[in-house]
Amino acid sequence: MPAAGAETDLKQPWAADVHRVLKSASVTQMCYVPDAGHASLIDLFTADREVVCNVLTSEQEGVAIAAGAWLGGKRSVLLLQSSGVGNCINMLSLMTISRFPLLMLVTMRGEWAEFNPWQVPMGRATEPSLQAIGVRTMRADTAEDLVATVGAAAALAYEADQQIAVLISQRMIGRKTW
Amino acid sequence: MALDRRAAVAALLEDRGDLLVVSGLGSPTYDVHAAGDSDANYYLWGAMGSAALIGLGLAQARPDRNILAITGDGEQLMGLGGLATIAVAKPRNLSIVVIDNGHFGETGMQQSHTGRGLDLAAVARACGLSEIGAAEDMAAVAALRAKLHRRADGPRFYVVKVDAANPPRSLPPRDAVFLKNRFRAHLGLPVT
Repeated sequence: MPAAGAETDLKQPWAADVHRVLKSASVTQMCYVPDAGHASLIDLFTADREVVCNVLTSEQEGVAIAAGAWLGGKRSVLLLQSSGVGNCINMLSLMTISRFPLLMLVTMRGEWAEFNPWQVPMGRATEPSLQAIGVRTMRADTAEDLVATVGAAAALAYEADQQIAVLISQRMIGRKTW
Repeated sequence: MALDRRAAVAALLEDRGDLLVVSGLGSPTYDVHAAGDSDANYYLWGAMGSAALIGLGLAQARPDRNILAITGDGEQLMGLGGLATIAVAKPRNLSIVVIDNGHFGETGMQQSHTGRGLDLAAVARACGLSEIGAAEDMAAVAALRAKLHRRADGPRFYVVKVDAANPPRSLPPRDAVFLKNRFRAHLGLPVT
């Protein structure tokens, strides 16, 4: 567990609640390709000695690792940015055809006050691509909404064998300063 | 003279004990099935590039068991980045064995990168996997088989050089939910 008080300094204060919700859903493995919007949640998980964390070179690796974890009786969560969804599509067929539980937390780019045009096409394609391969999407636009949505998504994934992507709106994360 | 793939895989799985096996799509899945079907086998029929990474997830979930991912050169080439991820994760109970025939056997035996000179063991070494080797005769395969049942300092990666031949297919079930649940039931896990 992270040191007491660490949560007060979080860049994204909601991360502490999301971490708590995932812990109470018995998640013991986290895989990620970093995103600024996930920075605090990544910090909380990497400081958590009860959770095995894997940094990935590409997001689809985390999909395969989540399948392996479930085969061995463990629950995995994948943190990624919307651009990374495009890297996952064929690997997601493993999860849908096998009914492996899958929970992805996707920070959105390209949809709200985006400064980088290169983020826009995949941002636009994120939700339709996930739905086309059979992953259910759930959007969260506020921090409060996100915490409740992650809890519901975790139940759907790990209890009902569903493949769920929680899309965290760029409006909620805020403008990228650079 | 390169090895016969069926003989090599059968030798690797001889007296397999409690080894848990993940097989990559195409010929390695057929080879593992031909060596003897088992509830402790998880066969892939798709998701190219995933075999070693499924092995990683399983190895982290079950640190008490030895895991073997058997895959082909083409399948591992699609998951090269995964070797970097496995190297930094440092599981001590994961062995990756690439049955390397230098070709994409499932699609008409087109020459692969290894057939054109790429050395997968050197890639694994550069990524930082712990114990790396190649097996080019049956004595080396037998020595590798013994290692699969022992802990390593970190992930183990071996290339087994085999003939570019397609033996008759030996087909496991294709139902993905069945394969998942059969494997989990073998480990005593709830099947939902």
